[in-house]
Amino acid sequence: MSPTPTLAAPPGDVAREGGRRPRRPLRRSPALTGWAYAAPTAIFVLIFFVVPFLLVGRMSVSDWGLFAGNRGWNAPENFTSAMDDRMFWPAVWFTLKYTVVTTVILLGLSLGLALIVQESTRWNGLLRTAFLVPGALGLASASLLFYALYSPQASPLGFLGIDSFLGTPSAALWSTVALIVWRFAGFYMLLVLVGLQGISGDVYEAARLDGAGRWQVFRYVTLPLLRPSLALCTILCVTGSMLAFDQFYILTKGGPDNSTVTIVQLVYNMAFGGQNDLGRAAALSILVLVALLVVNALQFRNLRGREG
Amino acid sequence: MRTRISRGARRAVAAIAALGLVAAMAACGSDDETPSGSGAVTAEGVDDGAELALWTRAPLELQAKALVDAYNKSHKNQVKLTIVPNDDYVAKVGAAAGSGDLPDLFAADIVYVPNWTKAGLFSDITEHIGKLPYADKLNQGHISAGTRDGAKYVLPFVLDLSVIFYNKDLYREAGLDPEKGPTTLEEFKQQALAVQKLNKPGTYGTYFGGNCGGCNVFTWFPMVWASGEEVMNPEGTKSLLDGPAAQKVYATWRELNAAGAIAPGAKDETGATWVAAFQEGKVGVMPYPATLLATAAKTVDVGLVPIPGVSGGASTFVGGDGIGISKDSKKNAQAWNFLSWLTSEAAQVDVLAAGNSTVSRTDLADNKYSAKDPRVATVNKVAASPQSKTPVALNFQQAFNAPTSPWVSLLRNQVYGDQQKLADDNAAVTGVLGQ
Repeated sequence: MSPTPTLAAPPGDVAREGGRRPRRPLRRSPALTGWAYAAPTAIFVLIFFVVPFLLVGRMSVSDWGLFAGNRGWNAPENFTSAMDDRMFWPAVWFTLKYTVVTTVILLGLSLGLALIVQESTRWNGLLRTAFLVPGALGLASASLLFYALYSPQASPLGFLGIDSFLGTPSAALWSTVALIVWRFAGFYMLLVLVGLQGISGDVYEAARLDGAGRWQVFRYVTLPLLRPSLALCTILCVTGSMLAFDQFYILTKGGPDNSTVTIVQLVYNMAFGGQNDLGRAAALSILVLVALLVVNALQFRNLRGREG
Repeated sequence: MRTRISRGARRAVAAIAALGLVAAMAACGSDDETPSGSGAVTAEGVDDGAELALWTRAPLELQAKALVDAYNKSHKNQVKLTIVPNDDYVAKVGAAAGSGDLPDLFAADIVYVPNWTKAGLFSDITEHIGKLPYADKLNQGHISAGTRDGAKYVLPFVLDLSVIFYNKDLYREAGLDPEKGPTTLEEFKQQALAVQKLNKPGTYGTYFGGNCGGCNVFTWFPMVWASGEEVMNPEGTKSLLDGPAAQKVYATWRELNAAGAIAPGAKDETGATWVAAFQEGKVGVMPYPATLLATAAKTVDVGLVPIPGVSGGASTFVGGDGIGISKDSKKNAQAWNFLSWLTSEAAQVDVLAAGNSTVSRTDLADNKYSAKDPRVATVNKVAASPQSKTPVALNFQQAFNAPTSPWVSLLRNQVYGDQQKLADDNAAVTGVLGQ
């Protein structure tokens, strides 16, 4: 059966031949199709991000109790009173300290691990898997696991001779850092490893031909070319650490002596820990968001500046 | 093709419109529902086959399930129980209260009840309670915690009392009389030290939650009450935790710590594993939740006495949960049917007492189950003691139970840190209570 002229011919020809009404121009379809593809995600983002975000914004300028609901506009009282909380500055200071410590250790360790398992061999494959396995565990589950490990009654770590893993401020900080490093080092190693494998062998060969030693190759070839991967790791690590909550909530509850209260835990305490003040908690959340935006913007700027 | 799309679109619009209409009708239908409790108030309420939703927190799961099962088997109404993790409960209730979606019935930690009553989360059941022939026999600590401006809002759901548990086997080994637990604070200390002197690997004199505000509210407040003193003023706005008896309590625990008689881990104990060491037979004597008697008795030969004061007395923290009908329930009469049954002999004796839980009616304290186990009789008796209390304060959670509460700072300073900070720390507790 031969194709009919109406099917084979372009729309304009069909019109000229007087068979049917002209079709709508096809150029509109891609836009519609695009919207159709984007719509599910857009709706998802709208419901689960935009609407809650607007609600938090609304709460932050209202006298909004957990049980009492919205009692009216009170800006900027929530912001000022959130910063006046006796735990605000200690929490800010602790969160920054924790962020710096965690980021430095995680970046250094993940880079080291990636360099160790860089070559693709059978043993390195096993090592890569072993390093990555903790990342498959949820953070809350991992925290509970470490809670048991740190328990003086049940801990198999007694041979370390540590009296209390969580009983002093510094012990609580370092015990929590150990958990986070165990949980995330493999994940960041993977990111660095991808970066390492993206570096062309020709670059290394050229460096060796120029007489560069191992340290010089690492310092002047590997590190500069790894910068995008390390920058990504830094941004993720800083953001994650500034939003730390689960691990401290489970391991220390902010103790001992309120020494491990993070800023997000303070938000939680304001909302559900007795103050039952959603307005202040929302205001503090907005402040955290602004701080994160500033930190991330500085990091991006730094990264772009160096790339340029 | 275009025609086909248009037809499809029209069908889709029609379908969405139809669904919307159905949803709207359903919504209208629920709006039209009137509270079933609008009729005459009776002692029994209404048992007409309604489905009732009930929320409670995880620590009360055992008792809540037993009660709901027994009610559902004997009534047309059916209660659907939801157990919520302890740490999520306040957030879940708060979110539901804000959106008007509270269940018909919900229980609340009794120390939060004054705050939640003030927030208007419960319906007034004063008239209903008045119809109960045994209204004056209900635990008055829970009733007064749920009373605001003369109106009553909650009934006792499950009582959780603090008592002293001791390990009879360790007492025998230490040369102590296994039938005589401590009757004064000094005896408590001496008996803990005696067990410690056994020098058994992994075994210690006592234990406490050194980083857990709620644990020490529950176990140290009764030591003050049994000494004839108070922990707060009657309005719950001023802390009295710097009194002579309170100082003696702190000094006792400080001495026990200095003597190495407190099991390791107490300093960072947040409450999660607070009861584990005793249950494993590694602790001689410690204040403990009475609701865990059956569980602890599976592994330890448990001796039980009331919490003593400095020079005697007997007290307990009448904790646990109160239960009320929510502001959002449209089935008040049916919900009251469950609550009135909850206070009946069938529920109190045949379900709670049978399961080794404490009854919340003084006239049922001596029952066939408590007669079998003198320890249960002791718990029931101390629950009714005038020295036993349920503290009432609007900001109780913030002042005492929250991990960052000033009470946690106070107790840690008194046991581990600078004792000279007592006046300042006590003032900080008052500061939060009075907010």
